[in-house]
Amino acid sequence: MGRKLKFEIFRYNPNDPKLVPHTDLFDLEETDSMTLFIALTRIREEQDPSLQFDFCCRAGICGSCAMVINGRPGLACKTLTKELPNNITLMPLPVFKLIGDLSVDTGTWFRAMNENVGSWIHTDKSFDPNAQEERMENAVAEEIYELERCVECGCCVAACGTANMREDFVGAVALNRIARFMLDPRDERTEKEYFEIIGTDEGIFGCMGLLACEDVCPKNLPLQDQLGILRRKMGWTAVKQLFNFRKTR
Amino acid sequence: MEIIFTDLLCVGAGLAGERVAVQASSAGFDVICLSIVPPRRSHSSAAQGGMQASLGNCCMADGDCPDVHFQDTVKGSDWGCDQEVARLFVDTAPVAVREMAFWGTPWNRIVAGRSIYYKGGKQFEKTEATEREGFITARDFGGTAKWRTCYTSDGTGHTLLYTMDNKVVELGVKVHDRTEAVALIHDGVTCSGVVARCLKTGALRIYLAKATLVATGGFGRIYRETTNAVINDGGGAILALDTGIVPIGNPEAVQFHPTGIVPTNILVTEGCRGDGGTLLDVNKERFMPEYEPKKAELASRDVVSRWMTHHIRRGLGVKSAYGDHLWLDIRHLGVQHIRTKLREVDEICQNFLGIDPVKDLIPVRPTQHYSMSGIKTNKDGAAYGLNGLFSAGEAACWDLHGFNRLGGNSLAETVVAGKIVGEKVVEFLRGYEASFSTSLALDTAKRQQERIERIISCKDGKENVFEVRNAMQDEMMDRVGIFRNGNDLQTAVDNLQKIHDRAQKVGLRSSGVGANPELALALKIRGMLRLALCVAYGALTRTESRGCHAREDYTERNDRDWLKRTLATWRDGDNLPHLDYEPVSKSFDLPPGDRGYGVCKIISCDGAVIGA
Repeated sequence: MGRKLKFEIFRYNPNDPKLVPHTDLFDLEETDSMTLFIALTRIREEQDPSLQFDFCCRAGICGSCAMVINGRPGLACKTLTKELPNNITLMPLPVFKLIGDLSVDTGTWFRAMNENVGSWIHTDKSFDPNAQEERMENAVAEEIYELERCVECGCCVAACGTANMREDFVGAVALNRIARFMLDPRDERTEKEYFEIIGTDEGIFGCMGLLACEDVCPKNLPLQDQLGILRRKMGWTAVKQLFNFRKTR
Repeated sequence: MEIIFTDLLCVGAGLAGERVAVQASSAGFDVICLSIVPPRRSHSSAAQGGMQASLGNCCMADGDCPDVHFQDTVKGSDWGCDQEVARLFVDTAPVAVREMAFWGTPWNRIVAGRSIYYKGGKQFEKTEATEREGFITARDFGGTAKWRTCYTSDGTGHTLLYTMDNKVVELGVKVHDRTEAVALIHDGVTCSGVVARCLKTGALRIYLAKATLVATGGFGRIYRETTNAVINDGGGAILALDTGIVPIGNPEAVQFHPTGIVPTNILVTEGCRGDGGTLLDVNKERFMPEYEPKKAELASRDVVSRWMTHHIRRGLGVKSAYGDHLWLDIRHLGVQHIRTKLREVDEICQNFLGIDPVKDLIPVRPTQHYSMSGIKTNKDGAAYGLNGLFSAGEAACWDLHGFNRLGGNSLAETVVAGKIVGEKVVEFLRGYEASFSTSLALDTAKRQQERIERIISCKDGKENVFEVRNAMQDEMMDRVGIFRNGNDLQTAVDNLQKIHDRAQKVGLRSSGVGANPELALALKIRGMLRLALCVAYGALTRTESRGCHAREDYTERNDRDWLKRTLATWRDGDNLPHLDYEPVSKSFDLPPGDRGYGVCKIISCDGAVIGA
C-alpha cells in the first residue's frame, strides 16, 4: 500500500461565471515512481475531468508544466511524489495570465519577450546555399548551447521578486537570452545595441540579486553568473557611453 | 463567429510547420500558424540525437555524399519509400543544415587532433584534420554507412526549434497558440481553411486561407506505450480522414524505438548506441552481435526492436514490475562524454529513474515512436484529394521513410521538407486567386458546434472518454505491435470496431465550459479510433513483412505483390477504412534488394525467392 497523498489544488475557470477562485482537495494513493504528471492525469481521469493543467513532453524537455509545488516553482513532470510530503499544494505560476486552474498563458508572455530582446541572429549577411558553412570553435558552440538549453518554462520569472512586483521587468530568461546572443559570433549587434535593450531599470539594473531564478531553474542554467557578467558589462558600457557623450559635447 | 483570413494557414507550429511559414512569409505572404501549445513546446523539441545530412566534414564521414545517404535511406525504408522524394531530400539536407547554422543553431563542431570513440563497447581512435576544424561535425547512427548525424549535444531538436521560432519572431509570423483545428473547410474539391477551437476559451473560430498546411506531427498516442508527447494524438491525420477524400498513406507503418525507458516510456536517444553504447540482457551480456554480426546495435530501428523482443521472448529479458526489459549500457563512454554529449539522457535517467548512467545500466524496451504514415502528398507536399491542402513533417506521408525511418532522418525531414514544400506553397500562392464561400465555412462551424453540444449534453450516450481511449490503446499495444499475425489483427479490427461504436456515444461528465480538457479528447476520440482502425486493417491486409511491419504468418518481403503503398480513406457511415493502393515509387534508382541487415527472405518482383 502506497502513501495516501492529499492534493490541494487551485481552481478557477475564468470562462465559468458561476465559479470563484478556490482550492479543491483530492486524495490519491501513491504508486511506485509516481510523478506529478502521473498524479494529475489520474486525478483528471478518475476524479475531475474538468481539471486544467499543461503537460506536453512529460520528460522535462518542453517546459509546459511549470507550476508552484508546495510553494516552489518547478516542472511538474519531473517532480517525483516521493520527494514531497503527504500534503501537496499546487498553484498556478504567478505573473502569467491564468487560463484555468493550473494552466497559465506562457505563450503570449514569451512571444513578447522574444520580440523585445530581438531573440534572433542580427546580421547584414545573407545565406549562400552554395557555400561551406562558416567555422566556429566547438568550445564556443558548447558555451552557446549551455545557455540555449533554456526551455522558457517561466519558473525563473515566477520566482523573481522584481518580476512579481513590476510587470515591465524582463526577467532572468530574457537576460540569459541576451547573454546567449552576446556569445554568438554570428550576431552582429554591438554592446551598445545590447545596452539599449537591457541596460535599463526594466533590464539588468532592475535585478535585485535575490537569485531565486537560479535556485528554481529546472535546467540548472548558470543564471547567477550570467546576471553578474551582464551587470558588469552593461555597467562598463554605461560608463563608456557617458565618457563618449562628454567627448562629443 | 470570428472569421480570420490569411494567405497561408499552417496547422501546427513545430519545425516543419514553421519552416514552411518562414518560406512563405519571406516571400511576402501573410501567414498564420495554429498550435495547440506555445510553438516552442512542440514535440520537435524532444528530438535528441540529431539530423542527417551528408556534409562529409568529419573524418568518419570521409567519402559521404547525398548518394550514400540516398542508399541508406532507401535500404532503411525496406524499399517502401518514394525514391524521387528520397533523392530530393538527400540533395537538400546539407543546404538545410547550413541554413540552420546561418540562422543560429549551435551545431557541435570538429575539433582537430586525436580522440577516442567507442563502437560495440570497444575503444577506437580517430584523428580529425586541422583544415577541417570548426566545420559542423557528425555522430554515428543506426543504418548509416557514414557518420552523418549533425547534432548539438543531445538537444538537437530543441536548438533547431528555438532557431526556427526565432526566425518566425523575426519575420513577425503570427502564431495563434492554444488553438486546435477541428475540421477542414472544403467543398470536395478545394480546401479553404479550418474551423478551430480556442483552447483558452473553448470558442470556435473560422480561418479562411488560400493554402492550408497540416504539420501536426505523429499519432503515437493511439498506443499505450509511446515515446510521443501527450499532444501527438493524430489531430492532422484525423482532419484528413474526416474529409472522406484525403488518404492516409501506409497507416500500418509504425515505428518502435529500441530504447524507451521503463516504466515511463521516455525516449533515450539512438545517439547512445551511435556513440558506442551497447544492449545487454538479463545476464549482462551483449546479444545483438549474435543476431546482426555486421551492424549489431546499429542495425535499423525496426531490426533492433524485433531482435530485442525476440530475445525477451526467449526468456532473456530482465523481470520487473512493469514487464520484461533489457539494459542499455553507456557506462564505458565515461563521465565527460555523458555529461556533455548525452546531457538530456543523463538528466532523464537521474530525474525519472533515479539512476546515474555513468555508473548504472538503463532499463529499456522497444516503445512506439514514429508514424512513417500520414497525409499522403506528392513530392511537392500537396495532399492527394483536395486543392490548396498541403502537409509536411511527421504528419505527412511524403514518403521519405517507407516502412522504416532511419534515426536522424525525421528531424532532417522537418526542415528539408519544410524548405521544399515551402517553396512549392509559395509557387502555388503566386498564381492563385481564391474565392471563399462563407456559407460553406459557417456550415462547417455549425456542424462542429452541434457536435460539441451533443457531447456536452450526453445526447448520444454517456461513454467515458478516458475508458474508451484506454481500451483502444490496449488493443493497439496487444495486437498491432512489433510482431503481428492474421488472427490477432483480425481480433484487433473486430474489437476496435466495437470501441469505435462506443466512441460515437461519448458524453461528458464535466460541464464542458471553457477550455475543458475532457471535451478536447471527446472531440477527437472518434477520429483516433478511425486512425487506429486504418493501422490495424492496413496491417491485416498487407500479407508480407516489410520494415517495421513484421507478420509472423507472412515472414517474407513480397516485392512481387506488395511493392505498393496503402492509401486509406474513411467514407461517411462506414465502420472500416477503404483501402486503395499505388506503386511505392515511379523510379527505382536503387532496385529492390538485400538491406544488409535483418532477416532477408524476399519474393522478388519476378517471383523468385531469395534468401533464407
